[in-house]
Amino acid sequence: MKKLINDVDFMLVESLDGFAAAHADIVTLGEAGQFVQRRTLKPGKVGLISGGGSGHEPLHTGFVGYGMLDAACPGQVFTSPTPDQMLAAAQAVDTGAGVLFIVKNYSGDMMNFQMAAEMVGCDNETVIVNDDVAVENSTYTTGRRGVAGTLIVEKILGAAAERGDTLNALKALGDSVNKATASMGVALTSCTVPAAGKPTFQIGADEMEMGVGIHGEPGRRRVKLASADDIAAELTDAILKDLSLKRGQEVLLLVNGFGGTPLLELYLMVNAVRKVLAGANVKVARYLTGSYVTSLEMAGCSVTVSALDAEALTLWDAPVHAAALRWGM
Amino acid sequence: MNHSELIRNATQTLIDHADELTALDQAIGDGDHGINMRRGALAIQARQDELAAMSLNDALRTMGLTCMSKIGGSAGPVFGTLLLTLATELPDPPTAAALASAVNAGIKALTRLGKAEVGQKTLLDVLDPVEKTLARGGDDLLARVRQCAFDSSDATAQMDAIKGRASFLGDRALGHVDPGSRSVALVIAAICDSLHQTNRTSLPSA
Repeated sequence: MKKLINDVDFMLVESLDGFAAAHADIVTLGEAGQFVQRRTLKPGKVGLISGGGSGHEPLHTGFVGYGMLDAACPGQVFTSPTPDQMLAAAQAVDTGAGVLFIVKNYSGDMMNFQMAAEMVGCDNETVIVNDDVAVENSTYTTGRRGVAGTLIVEKILGAAAERGDTLNALKALGDSVNKATASMGVALTSCTVPAAGKPTFQIGADEMEMGVGIHGEPGRRRVKLASADDIAAELTDAILKDLSLKRGQEVLLLVNGFGGTPLLELYLMVNAVRKVLAGANVKVARYLTGSYVTSLEMAGCSVTVSALDAEALTLWDAPVHAAALRWGM
Repeated sequence: MNHSELIRNATQTLIDHADELTALDQAIGDGDHGINMRRGALAIQARQDELAAMSLNDALRTMGLTCMSKIGGSAGPVFGTLLLTLATELPDPPTAAALASAVNAGIKALTRLGKAEVGQKTLLDVLDPVEKTLARGGDDLLARVRQCAFDSSDATAQMDAIKGRASFLGDRALGHVDPGSRSVALVIAAICDSLHQTNRTSLPSA
């Protein structure tokens, strides 16, 4: 394992200190590094809180800021944060309108957030993101996993919260955006969890893992490496089958890198997916390309398609100022 | 015997087997189970003196809360809830029958928490047969509980095919033991061994 590291036990805290210093205009670090919160809270606005294991940067800390999250709770690498972190975050960002937890559908995240929701004193709701069409069910998930579509749910809810939507309205909107969003990924190499010190899975130089999860957990199948066009077709077809879009539907396309794939290849995938979507009479109204929901240094990418109505598109376009996402201001 | 020694042995066995647990998780999960259990076990060991001075029930409750705030993932709430339930249910000192009943309450709490059931390749597939073994009682109970824990954990390896998860993972799913079931088996074995070393062949029956 070759990583920029001092001591594996302090990796997370050192990285969070660096993050908070580098983005001090946007965020502050909660007590004992339990959470990252927006520097300036907006009184009367519902507080949006997300979180999950570290190793997926910039998710979720990079999305804390104006027009997106109020707090993010980072767990240890690939390990969900604990209920006390979420509780502390909720207490810090509730300004009277309640808090909304945005949770990726992993059993660990679900259980810890559920405990926090039961303990928290203020009004609260939970939106569960489960956009991954690759695996319906597995030992470690109750149903589909939540992957890169989480960014889309967080951005749109962040904009809606900023304009003053109520907790109940945000919950309903979050559920509908999640339902309209589907993703699938492919891995070309494994990631290495720093504390484990060796690759999570072994994969041949000429192989790829179709439907991989964002922790390097197994997906649908291991196959020979194919061309980008063939990979794009397989990922996109699975997504389209799940969403069953009507002809002429406008969508947001997110091509997300897993941490080890350069933009050269990600834009090439954008081009490949766009051709598949055009062939299915689906119109790409908005694009986002980059490494946003990563799996440490894993090579590969995921494709996310979100069927957004006019209102959701407006919310997508609304100003955002977070460490990892900034436009309109 | 004092519960302090049981706690030290149980946590030490998790620390000693951390790499093995992580390897199990790398095969079918996200590859961090041993790392997380080790972190929780070290946090408990750091409070060893404090725990030794407590009643069994208070020690179990403190360990449960430590698991919840230190382990994270799914193992944090699962082991935390199990220990908190035992803290509430167990008489001090516990009998085999009372232990069976407390483990049963733990299974019910975990079923509510994780929405999992027996037969779905989780630590419930160790706790359930262990509970039944405890409830039956009889001679050489510690040895039989120990064996039951490992056999049941081994048996989770074949549960993929039964549940049809093989349809996602192909034959790669076969033969892999559930990491959480191995953790709980290791802890049960460590407790049985500790009790055995104090020249007990069995838990008090009543």
